[in-house]
Amino acid sequence: MATDTTVLKKKDFQSDQEVRWCPGCGDYAILSALQTVMPELGIPKERLVVISGIGCSSRFPYYMNTFGFHTIHGRAPAIATGLKTSRPDLEVWVITGDGDALSIGGNHLIHALRRNVNLKILLFNNRIYGLTKGQYSPTSEVGKRTKSTPVGSIDTPFDPVSVALGAGASMVARSVDIFQKHLKETLRRVAEHSGSAFVEILQNCNIFNDGAFSYLTDKEQREAEGLYLEHGQPLVFGPEGARRGLRLDPTSLRLENVALGDGVEAEDCLVWDENRPDPALAFLLAQCRPPEYPTALGVLRRVERPTYDGAVVEQIAQQQERRGTGTLEELLYSGETWQVAADGSIRR
Amino acid sequence: MTTEAPTEDLGAATPAEQQPLSEVVIRFAGDSGDGMQITGTQFTSTSALVGNDLSTLPDFPAEIRAPAGTLPGVSAFQVRIADHDIHTPGDAPDVLVAMNPAALEVNLKDLEPNGVVILNTDEFTARNFKKAGLETDPREDGKLEGYRVFEVDLTTVTRRALEDSPLDVRAKDRCKNFFALGMCYWLFSRPMEPTVEWLQKKFAKKPEVAEANITCLRAGWNYCDITGLFQVKYEVESAALRPGTYRNINGNLALALGSVAASRKSGLPLFLGSYPITPASDLLHHLSTMKHYGVTTFQAEDEIAAVCAAIGASFGGALGMCSTSGPGLALKAEAINLALMVELPLVVFNIQRAGPSTGMPTKTEQSDLLQAMFGRNGEAPLPVIAPESPADCFWAALEACRVAVESMVPVVLLSDGYLANGAEPWRLPDLSELPDFPVEFHSEVEGFAPYSRDDETLARPWAIPGTAGLEHRIGGLEKQDLTGNVSYDPDNHQRMTDLRAEKVARVARRIAPLEVDGPTKGKLLVLGWGSTQGTIHGAVKAARAEGLEVSRAHLRWLNPFPSNLEEVLASFDQVLVPEMNGGQLAFLLRGTFLADVVSYPKVEGKPFYRHEIVTRIKQCLEVE
Repeated sequence: MATDTTVLKKKDFQSDQEVRWCPGCGDYAILSALQTVMPELGIPKERLVVISGIGCSSRFPYYMNTFGFHTIHGRAPAIATGLKTSRPDLEVWVITGDGDALSIGGNHLIHALRRNVNLKILLFNNRIYGLTKGQYSPTSEVGKRTKSTPVGSIDTPFDPVSVALGAGASMVARSVDIFQKHLKETLRRVAEHSGSAFVEILQNCNIFNDGAFSYLTDKEQREAEGLYLEHGQPLVFGPEGARRGLRLDPTSLRLENVALGDGVEAEDCLVWDENRPDPALAFLLAQCRPPEYPTALGVLRRVERPTYDGAVVEQIAQQQERRGTGTLEELLYSGETWQVAADGSIRR
Repeated sequence: MTTEAPTEDLGAATPAEQQPLSEVVIRFAGDSGDGMQITGTQFTSTSALVGNDLSTLPDFPAEIRAPAGTLPGVSAFQVRIADHDIHTPGDAPDVLVAMNPAALEVNLKDLEPNGVVILNTDEFTARNFKKAGLETDPREDGKLEGYRVFEVDLTTVTRRALEDSPLDVRAKDRCKNFFALGMCYWLFSRPMEPTVEWLQKKFAKKPEVAEANITCLRAGWNYCDITGLFQVKYEVESAALRPGTYRNINGNLALALGSVAASRKSGLPLFLGSYPITPASDLLHHLSTMKHYGVTTFQAEDEIAAVCAAIGASFGGALGMCSTSGPGLALKAEAINLALMVELPLVVFNIQRAGPSTGMPTKTEQSDLLQAMFGRNGEAPLPVIAPESPADCFWAALEACRVAVESMVPVVLLSDGYLANGAEPWRLPDLSELPDFPVEFHSEVEGFAPYSRDDETLARPWAIPGTAGLEHRIGGLEKQDLTGNVSYDPDNHQRMTDLRAEKVARVARRIAPLEVDGPTKGKLLVLGWGSTQGTIHGAVKAARAEGLEVSRAHLRWLNPFPSNLEEVLASFDQVLVPEMNGGQLAFLLRGTFLADVVSYPKVEGKPFYRHEIVTRIKQCLEVE
């Protein structure tokens, strides 16, 4: 019997396990946001499955009172693909981190996204390896000093949103652990999407990489540094009195960060269209970073295309329509057969 | 000629029109573009329809098209046909069809003394000698002494037969394998109709191609009839096969059929996660054509994703399986261990090939036994099963699936390149012979504990997502007994480790005891596993025909071993263990039972020859 979804509350999604992240970890805020949003989705909780890999973020399933699978390092998207493909009736959420999804599991992430498996993938990006106690990650900035890079990292980092866009994800978004309202709204929007939805959640690791996003998350910075994308609205940001906007320079194909006023108005800025079929503008926005640009938050891309799991089911149904569901006898006796009679005679 | 049964000597043929043969081994060899595999399979299919027992061994290069005329480009197909029960494709060919000098150079050394060689002399040119690394014409430098050589200008006669065909010269030349096949049909008195019909069906949309090949097939037959090239034609009578319906089957197809049968018999949808790898890819290909049986095939981005997707499907209640070969098994190790830890069913088909590393992808070996047993971190035993013949792959797949779902455990099935590509006639089972093992998912909410266990099998309940009230979490971290919560408790870890091991050990209660062929005690037991069954069987028969007392047994389950194995080992003075690896089963037997077995390892990338094992039997028994 299915759960009555009308009475579900946040606590119904809280498991009996003690949450064991470091005090002050940004993961608490993300867990709370998801547990708040889940009851609103109207999905029986037995149909929700949370799948994770390895890392701090990947402890997540233990704290959700749904079906959960804490798998192995980097492989959550692959396991989720198998589950969703064979059980399209389930809602499958993948919880991963910057090391899990972009380093050891980079291959699975991009392939799940390109296939458009109907998965919700939340990548907690804290730009550090936390569970192994402080090595640099594939999103750590060049020059970062960590236990494994005592004189500074020399790797160029990934931008997770750009990776997802490059992989052809049908929905890509970015939010911040402590921007609860924005995060919940992003999660709601993601839940509605049919297809792979990828969310980079900027998450503070207060032990090994404290303040990694303080340029954006400090109270006085939020308005100046955050570009909150709204479909159909111009790309403008900044506090009252210091409003700015983004324009496209048609000759360099670069975004221009311009002050509004003095003859430049919001109408002169680019109008955001999250449904654009080509991802070019989303790429430009994804790669906006301080000090030259604000950080784009919200939905960077949302397009409709057939889901992989849907296509698999459809193909099987088509084959069954055309060829019947087949009996074991038909299968075994297919191909070239011949009969040997009791007297040894042979018939084809 | 092979000596399994009294046979006649082709070389000493009397001029009689028709001469009976008990059996014959034929090898078709040519460039990888010469169509030797098709020629061989056609000869095989037709022979099956004549009622012969048969066994085949394809041998193709790893390169799709190595440079034409070179030694690495040689592709061969060996088929043995007999009027009696046989188990192997034969040690050495009696007849070699060589389409070019390279094919002759590669294969001549295997030919029986006084064997027949049929050559395409059109290809015996200075240029081709050079390509094959030959300094002299093998027809003139004495290499062919001691063989009966028949020279045919195959390309010329093929072109002549196709004078009226609309095909261009290149397309015409591609028909020469059917000219050669026609000659072999004449020589061994096979009917042409089955191949004619096959060609008509195969090239239904290209009737001119079908017509040209049929013309050549008939021309090859007529050529022998008219020229009197061979003074004798041979007849291999039908074998006394058990009444029933038969089809030819190779190991990979049999695994696919066994998997679908398991899906139907368990009531679970089949999900195959796979990444293409030689020699396992055909399993993916076959199952991809069976979608209407409710089969989902997922060609993953890599070996790891393939097994992970299968595990995800199993979590959701499907029969999750994956197909791979040695290097892929190595990549899958961590994920297989996850399935072992979370105790979900999974079937891993490992079609072994010669290793280590990339090794020799198209060559056979049994060298992944220890990898299957131990190639994972931690204490991680799992059941391992090995089919003994191409057709047995069907039954082994079915059994592997049954054990996987009954015990909630990953099972590794060890096939190999020899079984995968070798074919034999298979008497199709009556469907009532197949075991039912319907799976019921756990649904009782009251008292549900994810790591409670079945008293008999020790399997935990399979509680799939979507079942209200059974929400629970699983993962690779050590589990607390019963609850499945994460636990670092020392006593709990010992207990869970013991439980996982005991669960696998208990599979032995449900598998057949080891049967001994021959006296159940004595001087010598030959103990094998997997694909060597046919050769060992033949060797033991041959040794007995020489008056030697020797018994034989063949292991199907490598883990757990059948419960009477120790007793069987103790009943013989010596136990000879031939295997296509460095002695891996011998290592296991010594380690498990302190049994001083005689290891007979062979790592040449090809199956044992029967005579090799006969020789070892004699050495063990100290007879000449």
